[in-house]
Amino acid sequence: MNINLTLFGQMVTFAFFVWFCMKFVWPVIIEAMEERQKKIADGLDAADRALRDLELAQNKATDQMKEAKQEAAGIIDQANKRANQIVDEAKQQAVAEGDRLKLSAQAEIEQEINRAKEELRARVAGLALAGAEKVLEASIDDKANRALVDKLAAQL
Amino acid sequence: MAGENPASTTEYIQHHLTNLVYGNHPDNGWSFAHGAQEAAEMGFMAIHVDSMAWSIGLGVLFCWLFRSAAKRATTGVPTGLLNFVELIIEFIDGAVKDSFHGRNKLVAPLALTIFVWIFLMNFMDLLPVDLIPELLMMVGVPYQKIVPSTDPNITLGMALGVFVLMLYYSIKIKGTGFISELTMHPFNHWAFIPVNLFMETVGLLAKPFSLGLRLFGNMYAGEMIFILIATTFAAGAGAGLIGGGLHAQIFGEHTSAWFWLVIFILVCGVCWLNLKGKIPTGRTVLLCMVFMTIGGGLTALGGGLMQWGWAVFHILVITLQAFIFMVLTVVYLSMAHEEH
Repeated sequence: MNINLTLFGQMVTFAFFVWFCMKFVWPVIIEAMEERQKKIADGLDAADRALRDLELAQNKATDQMKEAKQEAAGIIDQANKRANQIVDEAKQQAVAEGDRLKLSAQAEIEQEINRAKEELRARVAGLALAGAEKVLEASIDDKANRALVDKLAAQL
Repeated sequence: MAGENPASTTEYIQHHLTNLVYGNHPDNGWSFAHGAQEAAEMGFMAIHVDSMAWSIGLGVLFCWLFRSAAKRATTGVPTGLLNFVELIIEFIDGAVKDSFHGRNKLVAPLALTIFVWIFLMNFMDLLPVDLIPELLMMVGVPYQKIVPSTDPNITLGMALGVFVLMLYYSIKIKGTGFISELTMHPFNHWAFIPVNLFMETVGLLAKPFSLGLRLFGNMYAGEMIFILIATTFAAGAGAGLIGGGLHAQIFGEHTSAWFWLVIFILVCGVCWLNLKGKIPTGRTVLLCMVFMTIGGGLTALGGGLMQWGWAVFHILVITLQAFIFMVLTVVYLSMAHEEH
């Protein structure tokens, strides 16, 4: 248990190791640790922010989806209404067209009938005249009897 | 190794407490001391080669370990050694920030060096007391104390280093305030200056002395208990049922360290195989017991268990002492920075 030079030897060694630690060990590691701490804090912040952003985006997306659905439903309703309308209109048009066609066909038929009647009258008049000519076998003035025969034909 | 008679037990203990000294002997000049008597005759002009070698070696180990971690320091994900080193550094940083409020770039690295270095020096206490001295004895080194912190030169040397720093910062920060602190405290009157000076000087000097002697006392006592257990251990080795016969056959009266080394390697091997999953735990314990019994007989087994028990308890002591030295250093330096 002698106190001797070892005392100073240890003091010198101590000083040297403290210097070494102070210069090459402590600052390097503590700086790296602090920087990492900052990085982690930043990362956590960013994650929080991203989470908030995500939530906002999701809310927005949900809203838009709802809107789109409503719009789509509106469009479908409108389309259905329009389709019904078109069908109704088409029906009405078809009925009207049918009526018109029927009317024109009836008119044509009547015209045809009238024409046939006229023709028939004319032919009847001719036949009646020829018959009368043959019956009388006399030369009857065509012009003088024409009015008479026409009057007859008109009565048919 | 000690026999059963008290004389050789005393010799064994004394041998364990003697440093390897190189110094200026009045008769022999500069030489290694042969025994405690010559070492004492050398006086101040001597150096404890073993203490210095182990303390420098462990300091270099500390520097190398932490430097290699520092080289790998990254702001990314830390791994392995860096994790461990950062754990210690964070712990030290927290302790320093708790008790030191000034701004000083020196204090934290100082605290780290003190804590780790003293811990490593104390840790040497946990190695089996006879292992390294016996092995070195074989290559012709007569004395070896492998725990530097059981040497008051080492602990007081570090305490004095701290003391120099305390004085330096007291004068640097407070200037003349430091002198008035020494002279005008606790009685603020000019007539009391001599009394104040005496009291404050004693108080100031008590700090490094208590710092150094506390560590020394704790480690010395711990080492002493290891040695005392080892004497029963060694005595048991002679008396052991199987071991004693074996020793007598192979080594005669003197037990060689090689024998212990072989037993140690066997026990370690068994434990290692168990950890690798090759041997069931029950058989591991049994095999260890058998090896220990062969190694030292049943008494020695008791001694071994006591060594082990004390070592487990001592882990707390060495850590605590390293921590106390560090914290007190920080506190003293903090006091040196603060005006009263």
